[in-house]
Amino acid sequence: MTAPAGGSLLESVRPRQALRPAGFWRSALTVALKDLRAELRTKQALNASLAFSVVILLLFSFAFDPTAEETRALAGGLLWLVFAFAGALIWNRSFARELPNDCLDGLLAAPISGAALYAGKAAANWLLLMAVELAGLAAFGVFYNAAWTSRFWPLLGVLALGTWAVTVVGTLFSALTVNLRLRELMLPLLVYPLLIPALLAAIQLTGPLAVGQAASAEAMLWLRLLGAFDIIFTALALGLVEAVLVS
Amino acid sequence: MRGKTLIVLCGLAAALLARNLYVMLLELPDEVSQGPIFRIIFFHVPAAWTAFLGFLAAAGGSLLYLLHKELRYDAFAVAVTEVGLAFAAANLATGMIWARIIWGIWWTWDPRLTSMLVCCVLYAGYLALRHAVEEPSQRARAAAVVSILACVDVPIVFFSIRWWRTQHPQPVVWGGGSMDPAYWKMLFLNWIPLLLLGAVMAALRTRQEGWQREIEALRRRAHAL
Repeated sequence: MTAPAGGSLLESVRPRQALRPAGFWRSALTVALKDLRAELRTKQALNASLAFSVVILLLFSFAFDPTAEETRALAGGLLWLVFAFAGALIWNRSFARELPNDCLDGLLAAPISGAALYAGKAAANWLLLMAVELAGLAAFGVFYNAAWTSRFWPLLGVLALGTWAVTVVGTLFSALTVNLRLRELMLPLLVYPLLIPALLAAIQLTGPLAVGQAASAEAMLWLRLLGAFDIIFTALALGLVEAVLVS
Repeated sequence: MRGKTLIVLCGLAAALLARNLYVMLLELPDEVSQGPIFRIIFFHVPAAWTAFLGFLAAAGGSLLYLLHKELRYDAFAVAVTEVGLAFAAANLATGMIWARIIWGIWWTWDPRLTSMLVCCVLYAGYLALRHAVEEPSQRARAAAVVSILACVDVPIVFFSIRWWRTQHPQPVVWGGGSMDPAYWKMLFLNWIPLLLLGAVMAALRTRQEGWQREIEALRRRAHAL
């Protein structure tokens, strides 16, 4: 193969300007779109996560009597346990999907920061998990006769904040455990204890909203806790991810 | 720390502990409402303080490792984490004994107890992660990140009593609870031997971690030959 006239083969394939580091947001958006495209083509994590959510919701209907009173008491906990475990199926794939064909090494060698790579993957995971949660919520409404649609917007806000908390930690640990032998075991062992404050706040906030009731009097306290968790762990994750992402 | 210094520190801790036990068992009067069991506070609370200090020191060591990439900081972090975890377990055990006698139950899902348990589970996860990674620098890097993230849980544990209303007594420090000055004095006096003991254990463990690293390096070299 001969190089084209006027420059090397590499220059002809990839202009020199393209190697300049892209901006943080642009890089993150590119990674997020890449991940979403890859997932929507295979639908591996999405299908597994969705099927898992529906099966767990079905199984819980045998664990307790899904009457209005029981549902009201357990809705928040039930939903967030389902969402957190369904989320693990999505994060597990997030970095592991880059292992075949040394794609992870390619991503790390790309002229983008580790923080942008992480932010893009977290954003894609957040969107995927939100989609699973909305579908799971629809199944919950049907199976448990819960009128959550009357509180849709506040519920969506709580889901968005809670899902970001779950995703930001899950994605970081997905990167941390990607090269470990016992990845599937280590990820939940490390992630769930760390998520307890966020899950506690999300459960308290979701409980009344998921059965169509107004938020509790202590809702602001839980909302602040959830917001603080999101901010603290997003900042920590963006700061620490460079140390994690070493090929 | 040198061997002789460690022995002196150990002796000092033992002497202080013997003196404190004499005062708390024979000189201090029983607490009015709880009786003799209240004395468990002299071990329960300082154990929690020592554990928190250990976890904070581990985060400091982990941060230093990430900044300087020197494995001695990682050895320090794992040593103080293990010591912190031991004191956290002592705090939980003494708390459970206290709860059994005062509340009639071994365990209650009170947020403060639960948060301490979460803390223990988090740092147990940190140790499990260390066992799952063989390559020393990769292990140190992953463990450092987990230690720093877990450290964020420590203030949540500490301030959780202010965030959630519980049946747990108000903490005597920054919590509005009240205690006789003599009990206060003993609480701090008994923290000193526990701190000394923790420091000796951490120093021994740090040294042991260095030896272990050397043995692993020698073993790798032997396999390569």
